[in-house]
Amino acid sequence: MKPVFVRPQSLTDKPFHFCPGCHHGVIHRLVAEAIDRFGVRERTIAAASVGCSVFLYDYFDVDVVESPHGRAPAVATGIKRTNPDKFVFIYQGDGDLAAIGTAEIIHAANRGENLTVVFVNNTVYGMTGGQMAPTTLLGQPTTTSPYGREFGQDGYPIKMTEMLAQLEGVGFAARVAVDTPARLTQARKAVLRAFETQLEEKGMGFVEILSSCPTNWGMKPVEAVRRIEREMIPYFPLGVYKERKGSDAL
Amino acid sequence: MSESKVTFEKGNVALAKAAVAAGCRYYFGYPITPQSDIPEYLSGVLPRLGGQFVQAESEVASVNMLLGAGATGKRAMTSSSSPGISLKQEGISYMAGSEVPGVIVNVQRSGPGLGGIAPSQGDYFQATRGGGHGDYRVIVLAPASVQEMYDLTVLAFDLADAYRTPVMVLADAMIGMMKEPLKEWVPESQEPAKDEWALTGAAGRPGRRIKSLYLGDGELAEHNWKLAQKYERIRREETRVQTELPEGCELAVVAFGSAARIAKSAVDRLNDEGRRVGYVRPITLWPFPEAEVRKVAEQGVPLLTVELNTGQMVEDVRLAVEGRAPVHFAGYPPGHLPSPDDIYDEIVRRLPAGEEAA
Ligand SMILES: Cc1ncc(C[n+]2csc(CCOP(=O)(O)OP(=O)(O)O)c2C)c(N)n1
Ligand code: SF4
Ligand SMILES: [Mg+2]
Repeated sequence: MKPVFVRPQSLTDKPFHFCPGCHHGVIHRLVAEAIDRFGVRERTIAAASVGCSVFLYDYFDVDVVESPHGRAPAVATGIKRTNPDKFVFIYQGDGDLAAIGTAEIIHAANRGENLTVVFVNNTVYGMTGGQMAPTTLLGQPTTTSPYGREFGQDGYPIKMTEMLAQLEGVGFAARVAVDTPARLTQARKAVLRAFETQLEEKGMGFVEILSSCPTNWGMKPVEAVRRIEREMIPYFPLGVYKERKGSDAL
Repeated sequence: MSESKVTFEKGNVALAKAAVAAGCRYYFGYPITPQSDIPEYLSGVLPRLGGQFVQAESEVASVNMLLGAGATGKRAMTSSSSPGISLKQEGISYMAGSEVPGVIVNVQRSGPGLGGIAPSQGDYFQATRGGGHGDYRVIVLAPASVQEMYDLTVLAFDLADAYRTPVMVLADAMIGMMKEPLKEWVPESQEPAKDEWALTGAAGRPGRRIKSLYLGDGELAEHNWKLAQKYERIRREETRVQTELPEGCELAVVAFGSAARIAKSAVDRLNDEGRRVGYVRPITLWPFPEAEVRKVAEQGVPLLTVELNTGQMVEDVRLAVEGRAPVHFAGYPPGHLPSPDDIYDEIVRRLPAGEEAA
């Protein structure tokens, strides 16, 4: 009998430490599947970031270097420029990528670095206890926006995929979610495209994944999943924002 | 080792040439005076050698690129000047913590803040005390001539690899910008094999981690002790100093880098005039040549520390001396580069009275 559900080879057998209902685990799986699918495990080097995904290296059986908070795109640039034959991916949260690391991601994208970026947007700083992130929605209470995020005080939630899609150096940019089976399928495809973009040397392959953080949203897992559709998707529309086609290599 | 003929070269260019000779093919940086000759030179040379030159968006980004390159075992470097080195401290701390080799060049200008572009040794504390957060050390090499810009840069790459640690070449605007004769030489490669630890893609082996996060019970203390032992080994084996102590030495000048160079002219002149003045020039600022300085003090020789700042290395001198001899200080903050005559006067002022040579 053919097994229908197996652990991707590039994942270790260590159980995820994420909270119940957290999407980081699902997203790890998608990335691991893509590594297996393209057979790049033995030439992958990943740069982990700082956030709930910092333990990436406990779960992925690939070479991993830890980056300072927000700097993974620069660390990955250093890896890829000196090892163009390697497959290099980074995995960053929204605080990491869209706040402290804004300069690094924009310039890595603008230089057209051949990197795959997995951007996990859960609208909070998960690891540090649910503080406001640049992606926190208007009205959303967090531990540092106790009355809800307000424009006059905190500005608007930042839309990274739309911004990065403007840059010539980006070969692929999409926003996806993993809250329903149909969307999971779309997300899987987008991750594969973000991998292919690097393998075809078409610049940065960027995929933003809307993700749950039941713990810091103060919600039960099921409620949290519903919030993605109800509140996040209307503000962060899903879709492919940029796709460099066929032969138009960078 | 093969040598070439002598040319007349700027300190910064000598340093860049040494990096190439040492096998460095990757440079990451951000422009800042007075070190821009380094990226300007390497941006022309490295791409032709199959290497990479990346002008990053900031010093923060460039040091993290160095971290990435170093993690894969590649010889790489970054260079900057004081304000940029402040920004690099985050990356340097991570490199030290995760034991990633790499060379960082600081062609010092003056601070604090935007300061100015005049030569200064104001970053001694920052360089020798670690600079970033956490309990770590950085090997700091202080060239005092254009030739040493070359020689010590070659050494920097070897030390970085040998100890898997960041190494800083601490120059300044004077040494970086002046021209002097340079004898280039191509070192025999001292690059050790790195397949035991470098990230190369996990072919036929489990994935590897290069990291500095240790949350397990006692793990971080163990890691810190492991680093401390490495630093102890470096102290023992890599301390470098130039000492010239005449018989019956009356006073010894302690200085490094460009201050040492200026002081040396004054010391030589006094000795020509029949005085007996010693000269102690730390070449490694960390590890500081404590034992050597102490030895001088144990002979009861007073010391005069000369620095292009208001007093930084003098603290290390005092720590080494531990009250065994008087420690004087002559400081020159940016804007007043002393002449050999200035230092001559400072030395004469401190020479023990009545001991003048006949
Ligand atoms: C320089 C620096 N500043 C702050 C922190 C503290 N810190 C750790 S993780 C984090 C935010 C992580 O949030 P995010 O990137 O959204 O990841 P998540 O945990 O939500 O997946 C912060 C602020 C740090 N480690 N380093
Ligand atoms: S805090 Fe949030 S992001 Fe972090 S593991 Fe828990 S649910 Fe996931
Ligand atoms: Mg987050």
